[in-house]
Amino acid sequence: MSWLDKIVPSMGRTARTDRRNNIPDGLWRKCPNCEAVLYRPELERHHNVCPKCDHHLRLNARRRLSWFLDSDGREEVAAQLEPVDRLKFRDSKKYKDRLAGAQKATEEKDALVVMKGSLDGLPVVAVAFEFEFMGGSMGSVVGEKFVRAATIAREEKRPLVCFAASGGARMQEALFSLMQMAKTSAALERLSGAGIPYISVLTDPVFGGVSASLAMLGDLNVAEPNALIGFAGPRVIEQTVREKLPEGFQRSEFLLEHGTVDMIIHRSEMRIRLGRILRTLTDRPSEPAVTMLEDVEGDDGAPYSAEPAR
Amino acid sequence: MNPNYLDFEQPIAELQAKIEELRLVGNDSKINISDEIAKLEDKSRKLTEQIFRDLTSWQVSQLSRHPQRPYTLDYLAEIFTEFDELHGDRNFADDAALVGGVARLDDRPVMVIGHQKGRTVKDKVRRNFGMPRPEGYRKACRLMEMAERFHMPILTFIDTPGAYPGIDAEERGQSEAIARNLAVMSRLKTPIISTVIGEGGSGGALAIGVCDSLAMLQFSTYSVISPEGCASILWKSADRASDAAQAMGITATRLKELGFVDTLIEEPLGGAHRHMSEMGRRLKGSLLHQLDVLQAMDTQSLLERRYERLMSYGALD
Repeated sequence: MSWLDKIVPSMGRTARTDRRNNIPDGLWRKCPNCEAVLYRPELERHHNVCPKCDHHLRLNARRRLSWFLDSDGREEVAAQLEPVDRLKFRDSKKYKDRLAGAQKATEEKDALVVMKGSLDGLPVVAVAFEFEFMGGSMGSVVGEKFVRAATIAREEKRPLVCFAASGGARMQEALFSLMQMAKTSAALERLSGAGIPYISVLTDPVFGGVSASLAMLGDLNVAEPNALIGFAGPRVIEQTVREKLPEGFQRSEFLLEHGTVDMIIHRSEMRIRLGRILRTLTDRPSEPAVTMLEDVEGDDGAPYSAEPAR
Repeated sequence: MNPNYLDFEQPIAELQAKIEELRLVGNDSKINISDEIAKLEDKSRKLTEQIFRDLTSWQVSQLSRHPQRPYTLDYLAEIFTEFDELHGDRNFADDAALVGGVARLDDRPVMVIGHQKGRTVKDKVRRNFGMPRPEGYRKACRLMEMAERFHMPILTFIDTPGAYPGIDAEERGQSEAIARNLAVMSRLKTPIISTVIGEGGSGGALAIGVCDSLAMLQFSTYSVISPEGCASILWKSADRASDAAQAMGITATRLKELGFVDTLIEEPLGGAHRHMSEMGRRLKGSLLHQLDVLQAMDTQSLLERRYERLMSYGALD
């Protein structure tokens, strides 16, 4: 081995190590749509919307809720619920190990986060799916937490807002998972019967058992731009019908055109638009924040009442 | 290989073929060989009992899709009277993959709704292999709400690989149609009895399966995804369907143990298709019994019970 061979690799190593040390891990992120390299703090300031091409990147559940709800008076619901491996399910990996891995990676116990809080002063219950947790799949914990959210919304007369991002049912919980579709839908039907608004926000992606239950049952179904939403996944459909899928198939804009969603709302306008709609639906004064404060003081902070005013 | 028998039933098929041959010989030569035939038939019965004693989940799955398995309209003809099929969702089309209508069961007016597969190639295509489109589920919803108005119990028969995954189905809101049925069925003020008669394929099955009482035929299955689908996702190979079937626990027996199924209806030896009239008799008996129980309840407790039942699935403290 020549002196050059000895010295060159070590130079390369040094250079690489230096570069890694100089740039903190994960400070940059590539937009999956336009491939622009984005400065992470800047991206976060835009709530994970690419400042270059407006692509809505995924937003994790906790960050979404902390952005969506007012910073005061947020309270997490049923945070303690943990998944149970009732079937001792095992495929190429044990379900228990998959759960442990997902819990470690996301620091969540399962794929749904539920919070009580307010939106520009209007008391609400908000839930968000954590897509990074096994594809946001719905098992017993997700179903149970969603039902508790809907029940609180009904009992405390608070509108319910759900941000869905899910691949569907969780296969490792088999029929327990399927039945969560019926369970969550039944809870929503009661909420609807009580005259409490439910807004379902579909974010990229929503499929299968989540799409065919809680996500499509909103008084309003709202989508973020360009989200992929459907019952069956595009690959399954392609294999079934053996033809190429049309351009833009199952995107938010396609759903709007086909009458499945009421509107598409840009993430930056989500708080304002949903706040306005909810205040209209619950016959609250249209001005948020300031008016609301007086209002809350006036009627001893009681949340919206479904009873007509006397 | 005899196509009327599944691969694990081939030894039975061979015995049956021998018996048929002997019968032909008997007819021809007028030699009394009835003793021999009786012996063989006894052997065939024992062999069938032995094979069917411990079937794997995957074998049950194959039986649930047996080409000769009785479908919804077969049971309608066998055990109901005065059936009038009602067509269409009033919005778009009539979906032949899901049938429904008014009928009588022992003189009791009932609304019957079920998936329907086809028997011949042409019929299979017309029935879309029992995979409904949104208009099928919307028709079901319309009929169920009608049943509520006229205080008729709803009997649903589940037998589908799943809701149809097609472009048109997506365009017309397959997800919404299924979700709507789940919500509506949870509050209908009339008893609902669901029976899985073949394949209970995921959301497409559940969309007519929210009920007060769930029955499954012994060799039917109910699962969140088909064994093949599960295997190709989790094992990365559809060939592992047998493992997936086992892991998910899709058989009536297993689901009864897990508390999902109220009534397990035993099938005649060799499966429902081997003795249709006997199967019909058992199913009818079971339905009448379930109806007696549910129709004795007042509406409020029925609805409360249904809601609690739904909430109990996978409940956590």
